[in-house]
Amino acid sequence: MNRAWLGWMVVALAMTGACSRRARGPADPQPKGFGAALVLVSGEKQAAGVGSALDQPVVVQVNDDKGAAVAGALVQFAAAGGVTFDPDRGLTGSDGQFTTNVSLGGVHGRYRIFATTRNSAGKTAGIGIDEVALGYQETLGRQVSDIHCVRCHDSESTPERVSNHDNLSAQAHSFTDGAVLNAMSDADLAAIISHGGAGLGKSAEMPPYGNTLTKPETDALISLLRALSDPPYRSAGIFNASQ
Amino acid sequence: MSLLKAIRSVWRYVFGDSASAFGSLSAALLILLAVVPAKDYFREWRGYQKQYLRLIRGRGDATSLNRRFQGGLQQIWMPELGVVDRCTTCHTALKEASLADVKTQPFRPHPAMPHKLTEFGCVICHRGQGAATTVEEAHSSTKSWEEPILPARYLEASCGQCHQDRLLGTPRLNQGRDTLARYGCVRCHTIKSPDGLIMSGSDAPPPLEHIAEKTTREWIAAWLKNPQAYAGSATMPNFQLADDETRDISAFLMAQSTPYPSLKGPVPAPAANQDAASLQEGTSLYGQSFCSSCHAMQNAAGMLVGGNLGPELTRAGSKVKAEWLVDWLTDPKTYDPDTRMPHYRLDSKQTGLLAGFLASKSDSDFLGTTQLAAATPAQIEHGKTLVLERGCASCHAINGVKKPENFAPDLTLVGSRPLEKILFAPGVPHTLADYIGAKIRQPRSFGSALKMPQYTLAPQQVDALETALLAQTQLAQTLPVTLRVPGPAPSNYRPAGKAGQLVDDMRCLSCHKINGHGGDMAPDLTWEGSSVQGAWLAGFLKNPNTLRPALIRRMPKFDVTDAEANILADYIMTVYQTPAFDRESIDSSRFAPADVEHGKELFYGKYACQSCHIVDPKKDKGYIGPTLTQVGARLTASWISHWLQDAQSLRPGTLEPVWKMNDEDARALTAFLMAQKNAPRKEVAQK
Repeated sequence: MNRAWLGWMVVALAMTGACSRRARGPADPQPKGFGAALVLVSGEKQAAGVGSALDQPVVVQVNDDKGAAVAGALVQFAAAGGVTFDPDRGLTGSDGQFTTNVSLGGVHGRYRIFATTRNSAGKTAGIGIDEVALGYQETLGRQVSDIHCVRCHDSESTPERVSNHDNLSAQAHSFTDGAVLNAMSDADLAAIISHGGAGLGKSAEMPPYGNTLTKPETDALISLLRALSDPPYRSAGIFNASQ
Repeated sequence: MSLLKAIRSVWRYVFGDSASAFGSLSAALLILLAVVPAKDYFREWRGYQKQYLRLIRGRGDATSLNRRFQGGLQQIWMPELGVVDRCTTCHTALKEASLADVKTQPFRPHPAMPHKLTEFGCVICHRGQGAATTVEEAHSSTKSWEEPILPARYLEASCGQCHQDRLLGTPRLNQGRDTLARYGCVRCHTIKSPDGLIMSGSDAPPPLEHIAEKTTREWIAAWLKNPQAYAGSATMPNFQLADDETRDISAFLMAQSTPYPSLKGPVPAPAANQDAASLQEGTSLYGQSFCSSCHAMQNAAGMLVGGNLGPELTRAGSKVKAEWLVDWLTDPKTYDPDTRMPHYRLDSKQTGLLAGFLASKSDSDFLGTTQLAAATPAQIEHGKTLVLERGCASCHAINGVKKPENFAPDLTLVGSRPLEKILFAPGVPHTLADYIGAKIRQPRSFGSALKMPQYTLAPQQVDALETALLAQTQLAQTLPVTLRVPGPAPSNYRPAGKAGQLVDDMRCLSCHKINGHGGDMAPDLTWEGSSVQGAWLAGFLKNPNTLRPALIRRMPKFDVTDAEANILADYIMTVYQTPAFDRESIDSSRFAPADVEHGKELFYGKYACQSCHIVDPKKDKGYIGPTLTQVGARLTASWISHWLQDAQSLRPGTLEPVWKMNDEDARALTAFLMAQKNAPRKEVAQK
């Protein structure tokens, strides 16, 4: 008991310590401008490994009520689940933009980060930006996808990887295409990956990968699709009989 | 006696007479006895178990969740792995997939993983103190257990304790190990895997024994000052040397340099005197020779274009001497017998043009107007001392300086380094991961006298390095041998005879791998002899071309003679054959036109091969696999047939799916493909 009390006291002390340290830390920079709205410039819907930094920074812009960029406005970033920002607050540059590097939390799944700014009356304007943290299974899925899938399923070409998407007569679905993929069950997806399009009355241009990929690799691929899907995928789950 | 009396009176005063003394003592004893069960009753984990039972109460599958729930202290005990994990006492729902919507710890189900909880427990992957039964002791750094659980981003480190192979699911660990090998870390630090293999470098630091012939002292000094200022992609770290130190090291390096048997080729005109036409020709020659397969150069937009096998050439003209460059382009082996650069067999005119083009790639800002005064013997001596101190010879061959042994701390067990023995720089959190990260990012923050140089690495690279180093644990050494998954065995394979000399001369193994030895830029040739036809191979060696439309051609043309092409082709055809099947087992002349027709139907219908391959350039658009317009003149029928069955077993990692198609379909498709011998290249050429 005593030890527990001591423990609580230590926690309380630590918390006060942590709070006071924050209070003593650098104060919010004094805003030189005030905007009415915050818009996203780039960096949303990225995927990175759990606990890792996103490849691209998140860039937001503060605009006034006429839509013109505001320089020197204070932008603050916040998110739950162990997301960290470098830096988490600051003033917009001369182009009205503020850039931060984001590291996601340690649990796989979707993270929503919030960027906010205040207008001169102290009213807050903000946006939510979604990012995805990939766990072990989704990371494996992304590796499998990079090798076998993206050349046809991703329409974007890079010098290192020319897309084959437009050379096909059937259009391969993007892996973020939640509108189509969310309607398919895990079993549906596993079937089309393993047996190919021809086996399911779809285009034979999708080859069967049942002998190429192992079961864990196929499952990993499906978990990646679920993680990236936009709109987000919601598992049917287990239905509660009483509801 | 008065003392005794005094004690008695105090006793009386506190407890009264004997009866009430007995009563109060009994009460005290009872309270004391009650403390023990009460302490147990209020244990942290009991609270979590009660919370869990409340959580599942209202759920649809509460009955089955309840049935699987086991109260009390839980433990996974595996003496042979040294695992005593009580994590499942609070993490009650690790295996309950139906709780996927639960986001609060400790009740989240474990995400999918490659191993079973009951086979490995928790701490082998997550670290922390498995036997602890309080949140604090299990997860955090305490007096009795310093190392807290491993942050999620380094989790792949734990895979690396057993896996020395390249797992598909551990990209960060793989990248970390590649970085250790590529950035010269392993040239100063020894890193051993549990099976005793010592990690070796994949970089090729140049020898400095003849450096005075290659470049100027001014360049050496400027490069030593900041290698990344000369080439952003340089892997040599910054040793943070003072100006007098770079002056003295460059003096010593010039002084120790000896001449090499120069070829004394014609020296090209200096860049300023190059006329525009020959500069243009040199530029084309750079492209035609596929120099950019290995070397990168910044383009006009400042983007780095090209490979990273050789050094970046953006400012090559500010570095190398024209005479040396001509020698080097004529035959690199005379300067560096171990170079990865092939002998290009250019004639003297081409050499001059190429050297002129490279000489024009200079940057007057880099060297500025620096002129170093002639070196004094004291400076040279000081330079040698610095070279010894900084361990330059760990990477570079230098006359009169031996490669130092155990120059830097052994990192074999760095992932288990006890925190109490680590001196943390101010501001660094007390965990091993943070310590390693700080060491990599800012080595000199631990003391300005430290030798470790400053690297220029992206945050992702540092994370990857930390992951690879955290895999080097004591546990990895003590885990049962049966759990170890070794990486590919190191191989020093070299082909023999005349063909071997040619392979050596053109440095084929810089890009191609044969029998486990060589680079991975180009296809593995171990079974090439089973795959291709001899006549095609000899023709390809004389005039290589890319087979895949989506790939940039990287194989240079070496101007091999007919005789050389035949020697190489004969050797490859004879020696590099798979034991799995006989190259001549299928006689393609026995295919009937009906087979070909049926194969065509299968190609365009059932298997839709045209989505990746092109047989008819007018119709097919497949852009991933090799073009098959002349495949009948390139591949053997039995290779095609086996390829259609199981391509992965012939070339692991190929993009071709494993079709496992039935013999009849494989035969028909082989017949169709073997019929593709015509050369529709002319039609393409007429465009």
